[in-house]
Amino acid sequence: MSRIAGRFATLRQSEEGALVIFVTAGDPNPDLSEKLVLTIADAGADVIEIGIPFSDPLADGPTIQASTFRALQHGMTPSRVLEMVSRLRAQTDVPLVAMTYFNPVWQMGVERFAREASQAGVDGVIMTDMPPDEAGEWHPVARQHGLDTIFLVAPTSTAERMKRVAQMSSGFVYCVSRTGVTGAREHLPEEVPQMLQAMRALTDLPLCVGFGISRPEHVRAVCRIADGAVVGSAVVSLIEEEVKAGEQAALAAVHRFVKSLKEATR
Amino acid sequence: MSGSLQTAPDARGHFGIFGGRFVPETLIPALDELEQEYRKAQQDPEFQREFHYYLRHYVGRPTPISFAERLSNYLGGARIYLKREDLCHTGAHKINNTLGQILLAKRMNKRRIIAETGAGQHGVATATVCARFGFECEVYMGEEDVHRQALNVFRMRLLGAKVIPVTSGTRTLKDATSEAIRDWVTNVRTTHYIIGSVVGPHPYPMIVRDFQSVIGQESRQQMLELTGKLPDVVLACVGGGSNAMGIFYPFLEDPVRLIGVEAAGRGLHTSEHAATLARGRPGVLHGAASYLLQDEYGQVMPTHSISAGLDYPGVGPEHSYLKETGRAEYVTATDEEALEALQMLARMEGIIAALETAHAVAHAIKIAPTMPEDSTILINLSGRGDKDVDIVSRALGGQL
Repeated sequence: MSRIAGRFATLRQSEEGALVIFVTAGDPNPDLSEKLVLTIADAGADVIEIGIPFSDPLADGPTIQASTFRALQHGMTPSRVLEMVSRLRAQTDVPLVAMTYFNPVWQMGVERFAREASQAGVDGVIMTDMPPDEAGEWHPVARQHGLDTIFLVAPTSTAERMKRVAQMSSGFVYCVSRTGVTGAREHLPEEVPQMLQAMRALTDLPLCVGFGISRPEHVRAVCRIADGAVVGSAVVSLIEEEVKAGEQAALAAVHRFVKSLKEATR
Repeated sequence: MSGSLQTAPDARGHFGIFGGRFVPETLIPALDELEQEYRKAQQDPEFQREFHYYLRHYVGRPTPISFAERLSNYLGGARIYLKREDLCHTGAHKINNTLGQILLAKRMNKRRIIAETGAGQHGVATATVCARFGFECEVYMGEEDVHRQALNVFRMRLLGAKVIPVTSGTRTLKDATSEAIRDWVTNVRTTHYIIGSVVGPHPYPMIVRDFQSVIGQESRQQMLELTGKLPDVVLACVGGGSNAMGIFYPFLEDPVRLIGVEAAGRGLHTSEHAATLARGRPGVLHGAASYLLQDEYGQVMPTHSISAGLDYPGVGPEHSYLKETGRAEYVTATDEEALEALQMLARMEGIIAALETAHAVAHAIKIAPTMPEDSTILINLSGRGDKDVDIVSRALGGQL
């Protein structure tokens, strides 16, 4: 069983939702970024998505775009992110998912990326701009290296496409809560339950809902109807804000926030 | 030449290893819908009739071909002909595509239109058809381009469009395109995105090429009428590559050299150029696999060209395919060469070309003297240069 599947099995037994947290590797700087991942794990995150920065993040709103540019300015590259993962893997057992766009992976070489990611301790990979239709080369290579392939399903996905996403995914399915880009929002959209119901009929994989989820009450609402909630921009902007008061302040604030989100999954 | 080039892309939108749909899942159903609607429209005589009606009575087609007599005599060698897309309504070829796409948007009942623009020509052409057919229109434009193409910004506003300056990244066409895609992901149910070049996810490269191929279809017939034979060389500038694909496509199966001219900016020996096919390698940007100017880690590189319309790190996937198969050749011209060509054409033919177009003219100036006197070069004169007079005047050390 993959580390991701194992974590969801445990959560199911204890009737808890999964808290999935996204951060950009190298933001606000490479050193602090590494400490933040450990803090987030310690505060109770069940899965951590580590963003490998790409210069043109099409699916991201202003918050994650800005974090991407900070990380790139600090010289983050896919190989440096994987080195960071391998140091983290020596210190934590939390499932780690690499989240990126296809171009950095393609330039490294699909085979080499899968091999090195797997060796570093990455458990799964999400590529925001790779729908199942374009995953012909990636999917078998990733599986061969024991990586979970996490695809996204959207409110606009047809029944046929949902089926395809269910078939190609492993670990969990990322359910995009709304049409749009990443970023914190005030309210949860109303169409989420319908999408989850349709996906539930197609797969036993855990369903995690992301995009716009930024508060404990959102997490609580999502965990009532899904297996987990993904929080990204809210954490990234908290880091951006709190680091102005210093590293320790940022680590403490993130720990508190993630802990409050985790409590909402129970 | 095999018949296979004209049948690309395949059913999944691939031109060899290029093309495809590398976009968030949210957009895939909209791309499917667009493709289905387009295929229906292609078979629908009423759609074709309407498209050609407006091409003739609104755009002003067919555009003429002018023999550049004085320029040809001055250079010696090949005789140079100009396909006058600068005479299209709004001053460039861009409206061929925006007209076709607005008619598609009408069929799909989308009332809101978005577009990206670099030089502003595509933005103006989009704003124009939105005004004509009564659509709401928002155009994303890099902040740097908003400044260097101020005239076109004002034209768009006069036409009732909203121009949204984009301040992320390099503040040029690349970022305007990313921002337009983000808008589309958000408003996909009500909005049609009119992409301005043969770039983006399938079916856009195919649709834009098809709407622009009216240029090549007319040219082929007009050259036969004017000269009794096909041209030996067809030349066009390449940014994203829509005017080049439009004129190349109907000649793909003919014994005609097809040459695309990219922007070498301050020179290929510097990093300040936009010569994607000359200096890039395959990558993925804005939804398609194609040649891309990128660093070793796949991060997209900043580009430079004196011409805002060529200042783009990517290129249409079909051009990558034509390069790989060897069917088309791709060369470059620098800022300086384009400026010289623009002036030479103005003085000898009475035509002020757009800076983009001037890159193609610059290459004709290089090769015409090396060609036999009974040979011909056809240049796609893709746009007029009114929008550029300020930049040209400053580049030449003067003031307007």
